[in-house]
Amino acid sequence: MSADPGRTIVLWCPDWPVFAACRELGLDPADPIALTEGGLVFACSAAARRDGVIRGLKLREAQYRSPAVTVLEYDAALDARVFEPVVRAVEATVPGVQLVRPGTLAMRARGPARYYGGEDAAAEALLATLAQLGVVGARVGVADGPFAAEQAARAAGASPFRIVEPGASAEFIAPLPVGLVVDARTTVLLNRLGVRTLGEFAALPDADVRRRFGAAGAFAHDRAAGREQTRVTARTPPPEFEVEQHFEPPLDRVDQLAFAFRVRAEEFIDRMRAVRLVCTALRIELDDERGGHSSRSWLHPHWFTPADVIDRVRWQLQGAGTADSGLASPIVRLRVVPERVDSTGNHEEGLWGGGPDERVHHGLTRVQSMLGHEAVVTATIGGGRMLADRQVLVPWGDRPPERRDDAPWPGSLPALAPASVFRERLPISLLDASGTSVAIDARGAISAPPERFAVGADRAVPVRAWAGPWPVVERWWDAERAKRVHRFQIVDDDGCAWLLVRDGEGWWAEARYD
Amino acid sequence: MTAPPVASAAPPARVEELQARIRGMQATRLDSKAVPTHPALEPVLPGGTLREGTVVQVEGSTTLLMALLAGPSASGRWVAVAGLPEFGVEAAARFGIDLERLVLVPDPGRQWLTVVAALADVIPVVAVRPAGRVSPAESSRLQARLRQRGTTLLVAGEWPGSDARLGVEASEWHGLEQGHGRLAAREVVVSTAGRGEFVRRARSRLRLPGPALEFAPVDPTASGHAEPIPFDDVRRRAAG
Repeated sequence: MSADPGRTIVLWCPDWPVFAACRELGLDPADPIALTEGGLVFACSAAARRDGVIRGLKLREAQYRSPAVTVLEYDAALDARVFEPVVRAVEATVPGVQLVRPGTLAMRARGPARYYGGEDAAAEALLATLAQLGVVGARVGVADGPFAAEQAARAAGASPFRIVEPGASAEFIAPLPVGLVVDARTTVLLNRLGVRTLGEFAALPDADVRRRFGAAGAFAHDRAAGREQTRVTARTPPPEFEVEQHFEPPLDRVDQLAFAFRVRAEEFIDRMRAVRLVCTALRIELDDERGGHSSRSWLHPHWFTPADVIDRVRWQLQGAGTADSGLASPIVRLRVVPERVDSTGNHEEGLWGGGPDERVHHGLTRVQSMLGHEAVVTATIGGGRMLADRQVLVPWGDRPPERRDDAPWPGSLPALAPASVFRERLPISLLDASGTSVAIDARGAISAPPERFAVGADRAVPVRAWAGPWPVVERWWDAERAKRVHRFQIVDDDGCAWLLVRDGEGWWAEARYD
Repeated sequence: MTAPPVASAAPPARVEELQARIRGMQATRLDSKAVPTHPALEPVLPGGTLREGTVVQVEGSTTLLMALLAGPSASGRWVAVAGLPEFGVEAAARFGIDLERLVLVPDPGRQWLTVVAALADVIPVVAVRPAGRVSPAESSRLQARLRQRGTTLLVAGEWPGSDARLGVEASEWHGLEQGHGRLAAREVVVSTAGRGEFVRRARSRLRLPGPALEFAPVDPTASGHAEPIPFDDVRRRAAG
């Protein structure tokens, strides 16, 4: 065996998911916060843990134990994204870093220990680096092998680092529960066999463990005995593609900003092109003078060109406004980060050029750059009873929502759908023979048959045929969003058919069959 | 060598008729390619189909517009609808327009003509409701572009120099009674006017839609209605 038994440094940031979420959303990590995944608590802050919230608890139980808890959805991508600057900073201090998971880093101890003059000095240098980034409460563990080192970091307690002497790792991990090295089923089995700690597990004969639990068991047995064979495999730092630009003085016009960013956008795409990559999804982050922050992901059906990147910046800035409109607050910083890159080989044009759909895409992108991202839409049919709810319009280039099953939606209209569905319902009047508005009582009966019909302030025309009322009752369990309306179909004197709606406020035309 | 026999001076009416005929032939452009069209619209459209590079005005019915879009969409072409915010997507899907290849620009705003030109470059069938008056110069410039690209433009409104005009003259719904039933089917009378006098004005009856959400010409033998009535005949009969 070599003189170096795999001395390893592990850097561990406790509750990293909570910290990442707080940093992204601007929350205070000292408040009780819980992140959930699939209805169960995935991670929680120290304050929530003091109230009794633990990992794996049901959301309702967690809220019962800690009524003030802020519940957020766990986002693994966010975790990794916020950790990336930390990894880069640590790589600048100590080269050859392995990303175990967001929040945990492993690296070989020999080099840093020699450079900084001791393992404790190296640990302090790492913690100082993290403190500069504003990451507080990090722990460092040094031991033989990554597993023991991570346990040392977790066992550090109040002190910022814990160093286990060479050769003492097996003793150090011996009192820890056996569940740390094997899966849940094997843990139960071992507990029934009377094996509860790593030390007891390590004391079992090697050959017996291998015969009973196979290769995975033998691997766990080596870990428990402090004979870990795995070594730190340092990652190759990925090439940096993101671009950032600060504006001094801050810019308050969209066109100025788009112009100023053009060079950087080209640089952004060129850098990726140089290593034969294309970007298919990116994130644009904007900071304004008043401390506001806006961040949004943009997808591209093919890949981004510099002009496309600038378009996305403009759309994110202008929202519903036009290209030359001013901004609410001047922008001081703009950052573009690629979220998904792909090899150019997968996006190579065919020998005879791209398909017709690519032409369509370019044409529609031109229209979008004229009118804005939301102006060009594709449509799908969703669920719902009211017609406007059923048509789902998705801006060109965005992913359409997941198509749900064709639920029956009792109370929706029969197969014949109206050709014109008004975005804003038209006010109309429906009158009976005596000229008073037709009313519907609580039992759904009409006061008198409708005779005349008028749109807005137009001349009233006779009603040729009619049917109704057809009640639509939605969300009766929710007082604020409950909806109770009656529908009518009528045919007016010109032979035009209408779909009318009567709600608490009056009569409306929802759609026209024209 | 003998001089060719000089034709006797043609009566001016005859000359005018011939000129109209030439105009008509130039307008319909027999060499332009047909766009796959719903078979029910054969009696309605001059020449029986939509043609590439032409402008067709459609007045008074979104369903008729959808029927015109359904044929090209079913044959795999992209279609675009601009300036019609109330275009019913669900009806479009049920009438046979493929939503995967439908693009909507609900509010093109003041730049609508530029938007239509940009759409026409890439999408073979574009429907638009003009947001304002179009000058003849603008329309002829766009029409030249349409012919070059082979795009068909359907206009829900006024358009100077369109190749055909379709309008719904009368519509009659079936299925809805006084207080009961539901809208099931309708029959419409579609009037067609071609460009020039070469294509005669005509009216035809269509099911728009029929009871199974289909488009079909009304069978004259079944319902007792006559053949599509040429407009001239109606006028002649009215004159006595």
